[in-house]
Amino acid sequence: MSNLKYLTNGFIKENPTLVLVLGTCPTLAVTTAAVNGLGMGAATTFVLVFSNLFIAALKNVIPNKVRIAAFVVIIASFVTIVDLTMKAFTPGLYAALGVFIPLIVVNCIILGRAEAFAQKNKVFPAILDGIGMGIGFTLALTIMGSFRELLGNGTIFNYRILSETSKILVFILPPGAFFTYGYMIALRNKFLSK
Amino acid sequence: MEFINVIILALFVNNVILAQFLGICPFLGVSNKVSTAVGMGAAVTFVMALANLVTYLIYFYILIPLHIEFMQTISFILIIAFLVQVVEIILKKAAPSLYQALGIYLPLITTNCAVLGIAILAIMKNYNIVMSVVYASATAIGFTLAIVLMAGIREQLELTGIPKGMKGFPISLITAGLLSLAFMGFAGLVK
Repeated sequence: MSNLKYLTNGFIKENPTLVLVLGTCPTLAVTTAAVNGLGMGAATTFVLVFSNLFIAALKNVIPNKVRIAAFVVIIASFVTIVDLTMKAFTPGLYAALGVFIPLIVVNCIILGRAEAFAQKNKVFPAILDGIGMGIGFTLALTIMGSFRELLGNGTIFNYRILSETSKILVFILPPGAFFTYGYMIALRNKFLSK
Repeated sequence: MEFINVIILALFVNNVILAQFLGICPFLGVSNKVSTAVGMGAAVTFVMALANLVTYLIYFYILIPLHIEFMQTISFILIIAFLVQVVEIILKKAAPSLYQALGIYLPLITTNCAVLGIAILAIMKNYNIVMSVVYASATAIGFTLAIVLMAGIREQLELTGIPKGMKGFPISLITAGLLSLAFMGFAGLVK
């Protein structure tokens, strides 16, 4: 597989959110607004790239039996870095994402890519895979966030598109998250499968 | 009275799955049959209550005195993984029948974000140790309630004609959305 393939694999073909259906908790929880989806995507991408890098680099040092524990420690270290950085520089976004920032550590996308890709490949492809998967995740979260924000609040990225009176509040409440995600996967099934 | 409030909030109003979106993976993954859903719920309840007790002690008696609160995420996830292992070993020796019943669900709990999430939330909410364990137990029972309800509905869905594109995840998510809508009726039950 060429380097470009490693990168673009995560965009649509193996999109972690829409095709692999991993990391569902943050997908549903933080997409109340487009900017939250983008922020969550960026934070996850950072952790994904660096954990892939370190796991690919250390794969010959880590004994096979304790690899999961070692991966979790590596991932948790980068999550802590993101957590403290966001707390200091983007306090508004940090408050909106809340408990889901520390919970990046149990996001199955990251451990899944470590197990399925990073530990079997060289450092450079692992970084590309991390970037590609991260972009795919960010893309799906931002689209979902924009859609929910548009219907639920009449805005996208806080830019007003629909009038104040025509908003459907349920879309920024919990049920709207399930409906939006369900129909996004259904649309993907209809137009992109096979 | 405060206890009852916390319990009702955790069970219905802020249901861990349908309102807080924690533990969605097992919710979608193991909600095919009512019996497996009950097994998963029991295992989660057991581990969640224990995890909150231990993480509370670790946080207030080790992390705070040493001023290393930033180690919270790393230490909590390792403690939970460790606890799941210990519970598995103890149950295997002490209660083989219970181990048989919970067996395959125990290892899956490490990756259940609800366990880590509730441990962190209990610290954030400044609960004391008793309240923290009560909160975790009530939340886990809320988890069981949601997953068992979902399994019951999905057993019926098997028998109906679903459009091709909606099969699998989409219909499960729409069903969860409707359940979530129903649970919103509990809002305002307690102040």
